[in-house]
Formats: sequence, C-alpha cells, structure tokens
Amino acid sequence: MSAKFDQNDDSVVVIVGSGAGGGTLGNELAQKGVKAVILEAGPRTEYTDFVNDEWESFGQLAWKDMRTTSGDWRVHKDFPNLPAWIVKSVGGSTTHWAGASLRLQEHELKTATTYGRVPGANLLDWPITLADLEPYYARAEDKMGVTRTNNLPGLPGNNNFKVLKAGADKLGYKECHTGRMAINSIERDDRNSCHQTGFCFQGCKWGAKWSTLYTEIPKGEKTGNLEVRPDSHVAHIEHDASGKVTGVVYFDKAGKIQRQKARIVAVAGNSIESPRLLLNSASSKFPDGLANSSGQVGRNYMRHLTGSVYAVFDKPVHMYRGTTMAGIIRDEARFDPKRGFVGGYEFETLSLGLPFMAAFLDPGAWGREFTAALDSYVNMAGLWIVGEDMPQETNRITLSDAKDQWGLPVANVNFDDHPNDLAMRAHAYKQGFALYDAVGATRTYPTPPYPSTHNLGTNRMSENPRDGVVNKNGQTHDIKNLFVSDGSQFTTGGAENPTLTIVSLAIRQAEFIADQMKGNVI
Amino acid sequence: MKLKVGEDHGAVSRRAFLQRSALGVAAIAITPAGALINASEAWGLEVKGLKPQTMKTLILVARDIYPHDKVPDRFYAVAMKSYDDSAAKDPAAKAATEAFVAALDGAAGAGGYAGLGWEAERVAVLRAMSHDPMFQTIRGGLVVSLYNNHDLWPIFGYEGESYSKGGYLHRGFDDIDWL
Repeated sequence: MSAKFDQNDDSVVVIVGSGAGGGTLGNELAQKGVKAVILEAGPRTEYTDFVNDEWESFGQLAWKDMRTTSGDWRVHKDFPNLPAWIVKSVGGSTTHWAGASLRLQEHELKTATTYGRVPGANLLDWPITLADLEPYYARAEDKMGVTRTNNLPGLPGNNNFKVLKAGADKLGYKECHTGRMAINSIERDDRNSCHQTGFCFQGCKWGAKWSTLYTEIPKGEKTGNLEVRPDSHVAHIEHDASGKVTGVVYFDKAGKIQRQKARIVAVAGNSIESPRLLLNSASSKFPDGLANSSGQVGRNYMRHLTGSVYAVFDKPVHMYRGTTMAGIIRDEARFDPKRGFVGGYEFETLSLGLPFMAAFLDPGAWGREFTAALDSYVNMAGLWIVGEDMPQETNRITLSDAKDQWGLPVANVNFDDHPNDLAMRAHAYKQGFALYDAVGATRTYPTPPYPSTHNLGTNRMSENPRDGVVNKNGQTHDIKNLFVSDGSQFTTGGAENPTLTIVSLAIRQAEFIADQMKGNVI
Repeated sequence: MKLKVGEDHGAVSRRAFLQRSALGVAAIAITPAGALINASEAWGLEVKGLKPQTMKTLILVARDIYPHDKVPDRFYAVAMKSYDDSAAKDPAAKAATEAFVAALDGAAGAGGYAGLGWEAERVAVLRAMSHDPMFQTIRGGLVVSLYNNHDLWPIFGYEGESYSKGGYLHRGFDDIDWL
C-alpha cells in the first residue's frame, strides 16, 4: 500500500523527481524503513498507456514547459525552446531512455589527473573511484537486469545491429555486441522479455525495459514507506534561520500552492531542473541560490558529445524494427590522445521513425537533397555517437527572464562546443562514415546532436567545497540535509550512457542517508 | 467538403472529373466554383478562406520544399489545408498567407510561382525567401503535418505502431539477408 503522509510531517525525506535518481532513492530508502515522499512534476502515465507513435508520445511524456537556450550549439538555432528531450511523467526519463547500462571507466573518474590541463575545460577528479562504485554498480545491474551481467543473455541483434557489426568487423573493431542493456532478454522481475517492438524512446509497452515507473516505485510503495505525488511541481526549497532545509513549496495539479515539510530534501529533477530549483530557492540568507557558495550551481553543464551517422544502402535494412539501441562498439571509448582529443566515445545503434527522422536528420533542411535521404528510409541504418564532452564553467544553467506557467523563472541552457568536443565529433563522423562505407553505403549523413538526453554536471561532486556543489555522497557542501540525487552530480561525463551510474549513486546515497538519519547526524 | 486522404469526395462529380481528366489539365485544376480538384488522384478540396489559386500555389510550394515524387498531391494538400482553415477564420492569417504567395509570384516574374516550369527555378525563389518568417512557419509546420500523416508512411516503407502485432520478434527484426 502506498503511504500517504501529512504535509506537516517533518520526519519525511522529500525527493524532487521520480526518474533514475529520485525513483531509485525513494525505493531504496523505503526498503530501509525510511519514509519518503516523491514529488513529480508530471502525471502518472502507466506503461499500458504508452503509444507507439513518436509525436503523440512526445506530447504524452516529454518535458514541454518553457525553457530557453543560448550559445553556439546548433540546438539553440533549431530548437531554441527544446534544449533537452527528457520526460515529465512518473518514472522521469527512465520511461524514455534506451536502456544502455555501462560502467564508467576508471580513468574517467580521474580526468584532471589523466587528461592533464585542457585549456577552457574545468576538469576535476571525482571524489570517488571506480573501486568505490563497483559494489553499487553490481547491485544496480542486478536490480535493473542488465544483459551480459549476472549471466543474463545478451539481446538478439536486429537488422540495424547486423549492419553495424558487419562494418565494425570490416574496420577491425574488436568490442562490438548487442550491449549491456537494462532490457529483459528473458522474463525477469515479473516483467516481460523484449519483443523487438521498437519505440523504446516512447516508453516500453511490454515493461521489458527497466523504468522506475514499474519497478522501483511500486516496490517502494508496497513497503508503506513511500508516497509518490504526481502533478506536483516544486517551486522552491525552504530553510530555517540556521540554514537547514525544512521543506518544499510546490504547485499541485490545480495550480494551488502546497507545502511539504521535510527532514531531508533530495533534488533529482535532471541537470536542467535541479540547478534551476536551487537557484529559484534563493533567499536573503542564500542570495545566490541554495548550496551555491562555490558559485558552481548550474555550471559545467555537459550533454555528451553526440551526433548521429545515418547511411543509405541499395537494399532494405528496416532499422526501426526491434530495440532502438540494439548494439554498441566500444573500441573508441578508450583514452588515446593520439587521435587528437582527450576522452573517448561509444558508437551505439539508433533509429528514428519516419516522423522524427524528418525532424532530426538535418533540422531546418529542405529540398531534394534532404528528401532523397527520406526516400531511402527503408534502406537506412544509423548509429549514435556518445562521447565525453568537456565541462566548461560557461556552459551553464541560469535563470531566464522567461517565466513558466507557474510564473517561475525558467532555465536558460547556454552551451558552446569545446574544441575537444569538435575534434572528437569530427573523428567519430569520419569513423562512422568509414564503417558504413565498408558495407556498401551509397550515402552517409552527419546528423547533428539532437536535443540533449544526457544532461549532466550542473551540481557536481567535488572533494573540495570550493570546486563543486556536493560531496561524494551527493550531500551539498553547504547544507547537510540537502542532497542532489541525479546526473547533475557528475563531476565529469565519461563516454558512457549515464543511467547506470545515476542508479548506482542513488543506491549508495540511500545507504548514507539512512545511516545518517539512524545516527541522528541529520 | 472536407478533404480526406484516399477518398473521392463529392466536390467534383464523377462526370466533371472524367471530363477534366480528358482535358488533360494540370494535375490540380480550379473549378469555376473555386474548388481544387485533382482528377488523377480523385480528390477535391473546397477552398474557404484563401484564393483558390493561392491554395494551389501553396500545395506546389509544399512539394517544392519536401519533394517526394512517390507522394501524390493529396498529401501535400492535406498538410497545407490548415492555412486555408486559418484564413477562413482569421483575416490577419489570410492576409499573411496571401501576401507571402503574392511575394513568391512577384519574385517569379510574369507567370507567377506556379508558372516556373523547373523545380530548380521555383526553389531559387524559395531560397531567396527562406528567411521570411512565413516560409519558416510553413516549412516548420510541414515537417510535422506531412511526415506525421500515418497514411503517408507506407509510401516510405515505415510500418508505424507494432506493439499490437507483437512487435517484430517474429516479424523480421533480424531478417536482413544481404550482408
């Protein structure tokens, strides 16, 4: 039975957001007997309600509230009010994610040490190591049913993967397989196995792909210690004279202002909304926003390198059939500055349906060159480039002059590519072209980055409070009962899809919070 | 009379239709009553807000923006119909659309936009207008209204929704045979 807590109950942990970070933290705390309330800005859309239709699903799940952008990134030009394609619904972006579940590499947690000084990059070593994370990665992989871990079989390869694999073999890449995916390759955890339906981005109607919506959240609710309140948009966090946070103020579905008291507040609204919330919580005591004595709240926004290569062949591929992210090549994820850049990147298959291909292949393009690509849609294969982008202080979330439907200043996302990002992307496009050319592509297309899905780094972890917003437990340096529980904690981004790391950090953070509460430290 | 894809609507009688076919007129003709008809595709469209010729030009503009030779005119007509609907309701919308098409016609010279015989000639006119907000609106709307028409998808081989058919697990997710 789901709990129902009194809004004046100041013994609860309030979690803002129900995705990979918030949803996992809520369940982990509930399992330990800690009472938690998750406030989710979006509605509760169950997986049976998902739709296999790109635009309709976008309308159903995506975060469409106003945001603004600036900077030299192309998203600013093509999608000025859609910097990110993330979700406003219970389960957050775990409804939309593709399922790739990769561990960060050891050196990626020590970039300042490994990469050395990179001009313009605000590199910093994480305050934790891979060894610290490994036990939590293992628990997360087990929880999420990640293929190729714990003796779970890999998913079968679809057509898009087979093209990728053939190209990888021709190029001599060694590590190419159908990925480590949080998608059931066998029935497990009372959930279906993958039926190769496609539409992974539109929410898995089989429940085969792990999402907090139908795993963590109902499990937490069953303990009687977790309440999820959908349609609850947190406006700001409140604190007392000593600076401790005391609760949150939020708008309910009807737009009425509500208040939930709290012993602890954990912010998990994704790397755009979380810093926005801290900045919108500015007070006379904290005029620059909560937990911002370092001035780093909102800074070092990372989005992974990204970019896609689509290739057209003289014969059919039907890339959209089956798992959207159906396979991976990991060879380029290594650290090898001989390539002309630090950090590495992954190749992962990707496909879009015809409507989104038209919107994203080359946004704004028109005319016969563009439509020739779509005419060959059935003969198309595609991949996504996921690489480590450089943290830059000036790539940041700030409060915009624009207001949302609640009258709250919205987030502006400023982003300029770093020269290292440009060098890596150029390398990845070239390798992607070579890969598809090797299997007979007649045309290849360098598709620019989509609106961001891997939003990272805007409340980063640091050993020294001067360098970041939170410590190695995601606890803010400034306020001991205020936590950050999403990807905004990332000190640097690595080359790997971030969800597994977010989940692992949430499991780890739940242990820390429960211990601190038990010991009455918080 | 609403235009619906794949159906022969009564705006044009079967006889009028055959007559016009026999005349061998351009793909889309304008009836004396001001409707657009496409005889070979068997559809008609009553124009309510815009000048019929303006609507006809807009359909051609849509094809020139996203030219697909396998795609019949009716899909472009459906995708652009909202401009006529808006014009019927909103004088400002009507004025903006008429002004845009008039500008295209002006730039094209004596025969107007539709009088330019080569796509490349018409595209040159569009390119010169591509920073016009109305062009941006038309292109931005069209990328959704054209490609999100479910009836269009089979022309591109896109199969759409698959959950109700059990996904592709037993329907060819890995059927590639030429690698």
